[in-house]
Amino acid sequence: MRTVIFRTIAPSLAAIMLVFSVFVLLRGHNEPGGGFIGGLIAASAIAIYGIAAGVTEVRSAIRVPPLNIAGFGVVIAGFSGLLSLGEHVPYLSGLWAFIPFGNSEVAISTPMVFDIGVYLVVLGTVSAVALALEETEEDHHD
Amino acid sequence: MATSAHTIDPGDLPRAMLEVATSLNDYVIVLPIVICLMGGAFLLLVRGWRGLQLGLTLTFLVAIAALEVQLFVRVLYDGPVAMTMGNWLPPFGITFAVDVLGAGFALAATIATIVVVVYYSTDTMLREVRYGFYSLIMLLLAGVTGAFLTGDLFNLYVWFEVMLIASFGLMIIGGRKIQLDGAVKYGFLNFLATTFFLIGLGYLYGLIGTLNMADIARVAGQTDSAAMIAVAGLFLLAFGMKAAAFPVNAWLPASYHTPDSAISALFGGLLTKVGAYALLRTMILLMPAARDVLDPVITVVAVFTLLLGPMGAMAQTNLRRAIGFLVIGGIGSVMAGIAISGPYGVPGGGLYALHSMLTMTAFYLVAGLVEQISGTDDIRKMGGIYRASSVLSILFLVLVFAAAGLPPFLGFWPKLLLLQGALSTDDWLLAAAILVNSLFTSIAGARIWAHVFWRNGREGEPATASNPDLKPVSEAISRPAILASVVLVALILYMGLRPNILFESARIAASDLLDPARYTQAVNLEVPER
Amino acid sequence: MIEQVLAALVGIFFTAAIYLILSKAIIRMLLGIAILGNGVNLLIFTLGRVSREVPPIVSDGELIPAEGFANPLPQALILTAIVIGFAMFTFLLVLGYRAYQELNADNTDTMRVAEPKDAPRPPLSY
Repeated sequence: MRTVIFRTIAPSLAAIMLVFSVFVLLRGHNEPGGGFIGGLIAASAIAIYGIAAGVTEVRSAIRVPPLNIAGFGVVIAGFSGLLSLGEHVPYLSGLWAFIPFGNSEVAISTPMVFDIGVYLVVLGTVSAVALALEETEEDHHD
Repeated sequence: MATSAHTIDPGDLPRAMLEVATSLNDYVIVLPIVICLMGGAFLLLVRGWRGLQLGLTLTFLVAIAALEVQLFVRVLYDGPVAMTMGNWLPPFGITFAVDVLGAGFALAATIATIVVVVYYSTDTMLREVRYGFYSLIMLLLAGVTGAFLTGDLFNLYVWFEVMLIASFGLMIIGGRKIQLDGAVKYGFLNFLATTFFLIGLGYLYGLIGTLNMADIARVAGQTDSAAMIAVAGLFLLAFGMKAAAFPVNAWLPASYHTPDSAISALFGGLLTKVGAYALLRTMILLMPAARDVLDPVITVVAVFTLLLGPMGAMAQTNLRRAIGFLVIGGIGSVMAGIAISGPYGVPGGGLYALHSMLTMTAFYLVAGLVEQISGTDDIRKMGGIYRASSVLSILFLVLVFAAAGLPPFLGFWPKLLLLQGALSTDDWLLAAAILVNSLFTSIAGARIWAHVFWRNGREGEPATASNPDLKPVSEAISRPAILASVVLVALILYMGLRPNILFESARIAASDLLDPARYTQAVNLEVPER
Repeated sequence: MIEQVLAALVGIFFTAAIYLILSKAIIRMLLGIAILGNGVNLLIFTLGRVSREVPPIVSDGELIPAEGFANPLPQALILTAIVIGFAMFTFLLVLGYRAYQELNADNTDTMRVAEPKDAPRPPLSY
């Protein structure tokens, strides 16, 4: 698998996929997209980079263990629901804030925070599984 | 054709959002689950700090238990409460609806979990923590609590799967061969059960277009009854499999004895009871008409489960496998409650499930201690433990009596209700099965007790010879482990001696199951006409 | 018309899945489970009523989706079921593989570690 062509193209491909995954994540509120599909794209990027550069390099590149990313995702997704506690609405209600930004305004909402949580959970768990599987394959080659 | 915004006045659209402020007190409905999930994730984040894990887990669990006590007291006095996520009007949003049955089960599950965590706190802790043991425990409890508190059938499916994933992880921690073997059977059959549940959900949605429990209870009577019976049959199969009722019980004795005894205790206490709870919920609350048609089937299932459970236990030489069969026998009593139904059967079945949750957890915990002292899982080689530890022999005997349903222990009261119900409907077959189950359970339990505690030594040796393999109690078992077991058995004993509040709660829980008026009202839907 | 075709397809999926699950080989059971999961998803999709109308997305400047939009709920249910089924399938696959390595068995008949075939007779005293 580790051809020169693949190794050359993989880092830029992974980078583009990661950026695209964030685009898909943020697009998700009113149009197709969202945290789940975004997280899957990001995890595929990591998996591709892992195939090209080796699992050890990926692990040092993402710095935190993938399972920690997933755990953090659950925490912020749960937290986004708890924000409705102060507004006297049921758990996980959508709360919006519109922040003026130049000529337009930026919409910040709890569904978005929740979606970011989902993104991190999917990214974390899927890349943890992918890296673990790639690791065992490497062991067999050695 | 698209309708443009100019022709529609937002005020003309039917309302979809709740416009009443939610009281902060209502958060007690979701907080137990939120704490479970977020706490589990947090424990995963800090899994490097091993010293923190136990303390944090216990803090979360005690907080959850405190919230659930509050929730239980509230539903006991004020009737069911509900919260629909995301401010949607039911039945659009996912509803969490709690009645006495759900709150009581959730509380019992949390208590059992706390006891198990304390029991397991010293043991092999340092080895297991690395694999996120406590996160998995929290995830398991989240699944169980979610299943007890949810008011939406699809959400129930999701909690089932959460529970299943966590239990997979717990079952193979350690990775011994026997665990892999057990996990394969457990995994395949339980996943198959939830898939059957999903098929039933698909049909139900196609039939009535809603999966909100209160909404189903409202409209189920007006639907094509033949199709509803098919759905109820699928649910009976799926939940019967989860609950390990005859004839789909084979996975339980094949797998429950394979992990560490504390994890067996958690499984034996919680998992099958979620299946039993789901049966009570669907058969009694949601589809009473279909239950009446399926009644002969449920009766046969109950009779065979009642009889074959303790008979299987008698035939075992592996201590925890024998207890696994006693768990199955207990499920038979719950099935009998569903078969009898009415004002005796439902509280009897519910109370028995609650009793079984605590008793079976304690049973596995005590069995674990016995295994640690004797260093084997074979009943024939365990003799002489009474001399080593008389406390254990008392605990075990109390549990045998409680499981068999002898007065004045906890298991007696639900069995009394069941018997009363069976006799009042002239269901002699069930009445006989319930009594024979008690007899067989006493025989099976007493035989185990006699072999493990009463005998001086191993099977096949002269009765006077002592057992050389027994380890000294102070070395073999840790103090938190014995303390946790004693506390749980004392709780079972106390509840058996003071059953009044249990009876009262069971009566309220049953009346809310039999008449969904208060339940649907709490969810904010119109009350059905029955 | 398409409903009948889909219903028949669900039937074929279930048949194949049950045939495979009844096999003794773990890998066939796994394939059966995967096919069963897909059959169930198709079933929910069909039961949510099939229509070839507009997607359930509210366009810019609108308050409600266009007339005759497809039912989004079955799709949400299926997505959830797919995710869960995928996770379970992955787990069972790894578990089956581990069991194959450790127990050296792809046949459920020879997987008897937890339930020994020559189980001893129960104790006969008392």
